[in-house]
Amino acid sequence: MTDSRPDPDALLEQINAQAEKAARGRLRIYFGSSAGVGKTYAMLAAAAKLHAEGLDVLAGVVETHGRAETAGQLKGLPLLPPVMLNQNGRSLPEFDLDGALQRHPALILVDELAHSNAAGSRHPKRWQDVDELLAAGIDVYSTLNVQHLESLNDVVGGITGIRVHETLPDTFFDRADEVVLVDTPADELLKRLWAGKVYLPAQAERAAANFFRKGNLMALRELALRRTADRVEDDVQAYRVNQSIAPVWKTEAALLCCIGERDAAEHVVRSAARLAQQLAVAWHAVYVETPALQRLPDAQRERILRSVKLAGELGATTAVLSAQDVPTALVAHARHHNLSKLLLGHREKPAWWRGRALSARLAELAPDVDLIEVGQGQSAPAPTLRRPAPAGDAAELPRHRHLRYLWAVAACALTTGIALLLQPYFDLANIVMLFLLAVVVVAVRCGRGPSVLSAFLNVAVFDFCFVPPQWSFGVHDAQYLLTFAVMLAVGLVTGQLTAGLRYQARVATHREGRSRALFEVARELSSVLMTEQCVEIAEAAIAREFHAQVHVFLLDANDRLQPPRSAHGVPGLDIGTAQWALDHGEAAGLGTDTLPGSAWLYLPLKAPMRTRGVLAVQPSQPRLLLVPEQRQQLDTFAVLSAIALERVHYVEVAQQATVQIESERLRNSLLSALSHDLRTPLAALYGLADTLVNATPGLPAAPREIAVALSSEARRMNAMVDNLLDMARLQSGAVQLNRQWQPLEEVVGSALAASGSALVAHRVHTALPVDLPLVQFDAVLIERVLCNLIENAAKYTPAGSRITVSARLHDADMVVSVSDEGPGLPAGREEALFEKFARGERESATPGVGLGLAICRAIVEAHGGRIWVEPADGAPPTVGARFCFTLPLGTPPAMPGAEEADAAMITS
Amino acid sequence: MTEPSRSAVVVEDEPQIRRFVRTALEAEGWQVFEASTVKQGLVEAGTRRPDLIVLDLGLPDGDGVDYLRDLRGWSSVPVIVLSARSDETDKIAALDAGADDYLTKPFGVGELMARVRVALRRGLGAGEAGSPVFRFGDVEVDRVARRVLRAGEAVHLTPIEYRLLGELMANAGKVLTHRQLLKAVWGPAHVEQSHYLRVYMGNLRQKLEHNPAQPQHLVTETAVGYRLMP
Repeated sequence: MTDSRPDPDALLEQINAQAEKAARGRLRIYFGSSAGVGKTYAMLAAAAKLHAEGLDVLAGVVETHGRAETAGQLKGLPLLPPVMLNQNGRSLPEFDLDGALQRHPALILVDELAHSNAAGSRHPKRWQDVDELLAAGIDVYSTLNVQHLESLNDVVGGITGIRVHETLPDTFFDRADEVVLVDTPADELLKRLWAGKVYLPAQAERAAANFFRKGNLMALRELALRRTADRVEDDVQAYRVNQSIAPVWKTEAALLCCIGERDAAEHVVRSAARLAQQLAVAWHAVYVETPALQRLPDAQRERILRSVKLAGELGATTAVLSAQDVPTALVAHARHHNLSKLLLGHREKPAWWRGRALSARLAELAPDVDLIEVGQGQSAPAPTLRRPAPAGDAAELPRHRHLRYLWAVAACALTTGIALLLQPYFDLANIVMLFLLAVVVVAVRCGRGPSVLSAFLNVAVFDFCFVPPQWSFGVHDAQYLLTFAVMLAVGLVTGQLTAGLRYQARVATHREGRSRALFEVARELSSVLMTEQCVEIAEAAIAREFHAQVHVFLLDANDRLQPPRSAHGVPGLDIGTAQWALDHGEAAGLGTDTLPGSAWLYLPLKAPMRTRGVLAVQPSQPRLLLVPEQRQQLDTFAVLSAIALERVHYVEVAQQATVQIESERLRNSLLSALSHDLRTPLAALYGLADTLVNATPGLPAAPREIAVALSSEARRMNAMVDNLLDMARLQSGAVQLNRQWQPLEEVVGSALAASGSALVAHRVHTALPVDLPLVQFDAVLIERVLCNLIENAAKYTPAGSRITVSARLHDADMVVSVSDEGPGLPAGREEALFEKFARGERESATPGVGLGLAICRAIVEAHGGRIWVEPADGAPPTVGARFCFTLPLGTPPAMPGAEEADAAMITS
Repeated sequence: MTEPSRSAVVVEDEPQIRRFVRTALEAEGWQVFEASTVKQGLVEAGTRRPDLIVLDLGLPDGDGVDYLRDLRGWSSVPVIVLSARSDETDKIAALDAGADDYLTKPFGVGELMARVRVALRRGLGAGEAGSPVFRFGDVEVDRVARRVLRAGEAVHLTPIEYRLLGELMANAGKVLTHRQLLKAVWGPAHVEQSHYLRVYMGNLRQKLEHNPAQPQHLVTETAVGYRLMP
């Protein structure tokens, strides 16, 4: 059954991929079979064309190799100057990645994608630089020769006899948006070579003898053509999937590459990569580590882990599984991931005691799975199958190891002594038991090697000391030969078993130790409440666990990375690398792809919400970090620390919020208590004075005047208290605007009414257009602004003059102004007027503290407006002052129009 | 002179303010009873059966609004509340709870007595219902003929404008909160849409006031509501 609809998951993935791609730059690779086919030339020609069309093109790195034609093409393109790196006293020019990122052109040319960067660069490989350029949204043109492709590396080596060390992972090549094949037939290329167009003459001769043989060139050309054809096929297939012409994606045929412990693993991985690519299927690569394999010498183990890493670079999903039995683990993994083809290295027939071949076991366990056996690579060295190190624990000191053999000998000697003492009373058959016991004891105490030694020694000693004829290795009775054989076999087997158990117990102890360390750190971290505490615990725990120097970089309040306080003057610790790890959310430094030369490993502390900082680790033994379980352990520590940091962060946030709410509440209650306590006596004073003024029968003239003065002073005092409290409220941020949509006219009316008594001596004029839109403001506060401005105008201008309140629209604001016909304001003091406690003239007799305009400014600014003063239009000496403020216009809410439209007229 | 039988209860915790309110009222012939707490005030209001209550909103044992809710359960006596300047929400709550008017501290004797007269007139319900014609300034409204004249000339009002004016006339002199007016004119569903009200008040002022920016009769009580001053 075929379903013509595309798989929804695939579609979703496609949409995600497209979204990601849209933000990324596009990569075009000019791909050729060998040097000299004209890749750089083709790239430059295309770039020059785009440059002529006005695109922002930058030549990042272009290697002309002294070729005149190529150099000619380069003219006219802007060049990025290389950065000089100091390597072993020589300074080498290298591509300036930071310069390119900063310059951010639309398109950058970066020649020779497989180039290895000089030590001290950010990334070890140039393609990683290119990846970062693409991530920054810059388009890249680059070039590549077929022999630099990782999966073809050994094949090309086989053809030409030259192994290239600069390689490019196939995944990166396959991710390129476009691949342009630059093809030149072999004869043509040779002609060019002889014409000196490829290399300078001296090099050319050497090159022709070694590399540029016609046979080589043809084979390379075929490889390049085929690789491109594969890619084109992929493109077609992707297109068909995208367009849902037919579901041709063969997910069921996915491939599992089994990485063995032997040196040919790398070859197996490359073969699997090629096969997967030809079949156009996803592939996995696993290494199953049994307890026996864990005892492999470090160098070999590292080599295996490198093969796993290589598989990852070639596009595989990789895993290192821990299991007792290899075939069972492989089959389980294949079933779990729905992988129907298993690829493994071809092995010589196993020795009879090691059981059946892996392939046979696999076939038996999973008859439905296809098995593919790969031969040994052409260039692979002869397999050097090393037996597991006899002593078991590779980390142990050799001296220590010898000591254990001595213990084995001593145990044998002791047993012999006891046996000699017991010999008169016991049969030889029982004496043998004593020796067997000794082997078991040695195996338990000293491990595998000493137990083997002890088994042999015991047989020899038994023969020499006990079997007649005594004190000779000769044997009279042939049946003792059977005793020796059984004794040796039993000794060896029990020794092996016991030592195995001992080893397992030790592994279990290690594992338990690791879990316990994790548990303890998790427990300690779960109870901390301070960031510093959290950092301290994490640093101490990791330092203890990995015998490492540890420092944590944290983010400050502005999200900038801070160097750790504890790390003042620690050599090699670099905040730049830490910043990179933070920005990219990836590990950097030691053992990673980014700045691997660094002595420190930088791990981003990724928590659920965001990255909280960077953990820098310098282990005493850097190779520890290559071991997967150690690295996993470290990652787990990092995650634990990150989560703890995040938790502490939110604890702090919550505390701050509580404190803020509390202090706001306190401030508000303080202000209202103050307001009540100040105003109540003033209200009583004013009321009582007024009572005196209005007393019946009326007071005599003089006391009455005093009563009037009392009442007016009380009112002024009250106004001042109002101002002071308002200012305090506004400044403390305790004022919440009650903004409503309303006509300005209304608030002007109420302000004039409120200022009534102050305005008796003046003529007031209002000039408000009828069609002013509604504005959103707090009526009480804006009334206060208008009152202050109007009363100010009345206070500072002569009686009988005119005060005008007007409004107009200007851009997105309504400008409200209060102008007078007074003497105007001293020039240059305009802005200062709005400061607190400022007045037009110093030591003036006019009353007031000078808070009014400051309050006006605070209110207007809280509304999102401006306030200023300018000279009015009058002629000197009555220039006048015009105080203006703005209120931002918005979109007023809709009015119910229908009701009015059909309303009948009421009157007459 | 004034009738000696009129009585008022002043509920206020500040003795000096109580004293001057008492003096002012007594000068006009009122008999005044004092109370300094909510509880005492309710007892006085229940036992004295006053013609007027002057109520401070901030009392030591409770909120003036609670006092009003309690009082309005069994009495419709006019209530004037006293409040501080910055407490617009308290004023609105008090008015919505049934207060007739408010005074902002500090206030003078003149202001107090003016409010007392308005409240008392409404409380007595005198005159208004009898006369079909209502006058303020040079405006004349004939409630029977539903006709509005300004300086003798007919003025066109839309139905909503007329309903609004009618509501203000029915409570002439009294502060009506935005909420009360919206509920009466537009219905309970529109009590939050105060911009309707403001726009129609603007229209009424354009049609009936000499200078709409300095209204004499259709007065704004900032952030609280409106009042028709006859």
